[in-house]
Amino acid sequence: MLGFGKFDHHFSTSANAGPLPQANAVGRFGSIGWGDAVKLMLKVEPEDGRIAEARFQAFGCSSAIAASAAVTDMITGKTIDEASGIGAGAIADYLGGLPRERMYCAVMNFEALQQAIGSYRGKAAVAEADAPPACKCLGVGQMMIERTIRFNRLTSLDDVTAYTKAAGSCSTCFKQIESLLARVNAEMVEDGLIAADDAYRIGSATPRAAELKPHGAPPPAANIFAAKATPAHLRPVAKAAPPRPAPPTGGVVDAPPQEALIAEAIEELRPHLQRDGGDCEFVSLDGNIVYVRLTGNCVGCQLSSVTLSGVQARLAEKFGRPLRVVPVS
Amino acid sequence: MNEPADIVYLDANATTRTDPRVVEAMLPYFSLYYGNPSSKYALGGHAALAVKRAREQVQALVGAAQPHELIFTSGGTESNNAAILSALEAAPRRREVIISAVEHPAVLSLCAWLEKNKGIRVHLIPVDRQGRLDILAYREAMSDRVAIASIMWANNETGVIQPVADLAELAKEVGALFHTDAVQAVGKCPIDLQSTMIDMLSLSGHKLHGPKGIGALYVRNGIRFKPQIKGGQQERGRRAGTENVPGIVGLGIAAELAAAAMADEDIRVRGLRDRLEREILARVDHCVAVGARAERLPNTSNIAFSFIDSEAIITLLDRAGIAASMGSACATGSFEPSHVLMAMKVAEDAIRGGVRFSLSRDNTEADIDRALEVIPPVITKLRAISPFGADEGAPQAVARSSGSAQGTSHV
Repeated sequence: MLGFGKFDHHFSTSANAGPLPQANAVGRFGSIGWGDAVKLMLKVEPEDGRIAEARFQAFGCSSAIAASAAVTDMITGKTIDEASGIGAGAIADYLGGLPRERMYCAVMNFEALQQAIGSYRGKAAVAEADAPPACKCLGVGQMMIERTIRFNRLTSLDDVTAYTKAAGSCSTCFKQIESLLARVNAEMVEDGLIAADDAYRIGSATPRAAELKPHGAPPPAANIFAAKATPAHLRPVAKAAPPRPAPPTGGVVDAPPQEALIAEAIEELRPHLQRDGGDCEFVSLDGNIVYVRLTGNCVGCQLSSVTLSGVQARLAEKFGRPLRVVPVS
Repeated sequence: MNEPADIVYLDANATTRTDPRVVEAMLPYFSLYYGNPSSKYALGGHAALAVKRAREQVQALVGAAQPHELIFTSGGTESNNAAILSALEAAPRRREVIISAVEHPAVLSLCAWLEKNKGIRVHLIPVDRQGRLDILAYREAMSDRVAIASIMWANNETGVIQPVADLAELAKEVGALFHTDAVQAVGKCPIDLQSTMIDMLSLSGHKLHGPKGIGALYVRNGIRFKPQIKGGQQERGRRAGTENVPGIVGLGIAAELAAAAMADEDIRVRGLRDRLEREILARVDHCVAVGARAERLPNTSNIAFSFIDSEAIITLLDRAGIAASMGSACATGSFEPSHVLMAMKVAEDAIRGGVRFSLSRDNTEADIDRALEVIPPVITKLRAISPFGADEGAPQAVARSSGSAQGTSHV
């Protein structure tokens, strides 16, 4: 799919592929679930700290394999100190460039290299203070994302996704990644790494395409970095959505009636309830009374009235008029 | 590196070579009979006659009762859009749609958009591990709130065939319309719409050795159809815009040729596909033919290889002159594996290693010989690079993966 040349050489020949039993420095990154993985194995000469041999094993697309082959090529003969200065950008450049959406292949190898160097220097493998990722599509820790933003001077969400895959699959973690990017960028401005004008501002990303999830299936947790999620009914209510644009004239489908809007709003709340094993569905609307059916753990739960008032507050905020939420069985 | 003529093309579900007889039939309609079918003079009449003839050829291929039940469109995506949007517009009180989890992105992303922007409730019906629709869930989702159920006839990634005639009858019971995306099925398996309750069907020219940019939507006589492209009286006011006469002529000829070749496809092409699949499974460890126990199209084989990534496989096959497809959205910016393989719950260690081989009447035994020479060494090479494998049992290179533990269970 990519042009021939250096990239093709590294991918097709895959020199340095395979295990290195006498390795004294090993670094890993990724997993099958994440979709790409690399294991870098280095044999470092203790006298002068020179990397005598480097080998890799990689799982992933052609870019992942080529980047792994490239990094082993780049570090062979270098000292550990020299190798530790190699960034993701240099790995990509060594291949004659990588398409932006494949930059995570270079980042993955950078991470594995840093870990290998750390293991040689006797440090515990780069200790990720992060809680294990709760969002299945993210698969990488918060620290790694922060590092990647900082080292590669990333200022857009699309870049963060291209370099780390974060928020690349489901939209669940989008908001968290967005605030993380804004915070790290603000710090980078303070540190003089980027200009204030370039820093990312929340809300300036182009929205990602909508996606369908099966109804009733519990979606991934919303707050991927929270060690323990706050129960849905105790969490602050999100800001009301901006007013929807008027439907285009001659639109194919009629504007949704009030009932459909309320059903949609309840639909948005369901993932929160489902995470706690409960569920709620819209039954009907009668004037200002919204009838809903609570199911799952919500049935018989002593806190269900709290849940209902949370739903009620959310609906009232969204529609700008008082609505009473009444459970039916 | 490889001249187009030397490529072993095993990606017929992506597109097919336009049959030279189709090209020949189309050519006069560019520069000789170039009239507009709506014009009243003879040159226009000539074009109109060609369109009429093509409509009858497509009618014959799908067994429609009348020629005007077919509306020419720009292809499968437009037909799918028109069917679903028309059904919702025609029944404004019905605000639900039923689709399967393995629909083509053309249907999935349209429905995601409808759910997000139009407040339409979309029922996503799961499939089993062989890719067959969960009929109970389908029946449960069916109600008089449903405007349309749209279930594909045959899946593009696996070739698995759904019982669309039965599904159409279930939709009829509650007065919902039934549409099927038959883009992969038309021309590959016999279709007789007259004998079914199917209300709408989408088909595309370039999947059956016709030209790209032309397709059709079947709309059963008597079904209320709301045009989605407005601005003229072409296609009886159901699809405005000057007819793509050369494309329509090409689609007509392609339909006629497909009907004539269908028996061959069912025996000879099926034989080639079966041989390819059988031999790969015999020669390569740790791979599984996805959906092979379900009823399938005769031309499609989807093989999921454990411990390696399909993009790397496709790239190496391409270097060796073999065109196959991964059928997943990987290249388009999503990092998720194929939604079809996910819906079929393919094991984690193999879900990113799915390769689709899809054949056509253009393929020969020599193509299969060549493919079988190339594929096993490519898999071996990538497996040697991969940090994962079945040998050591426990998850290896990297934590956070339960993949290897399940590694061998599906072989």
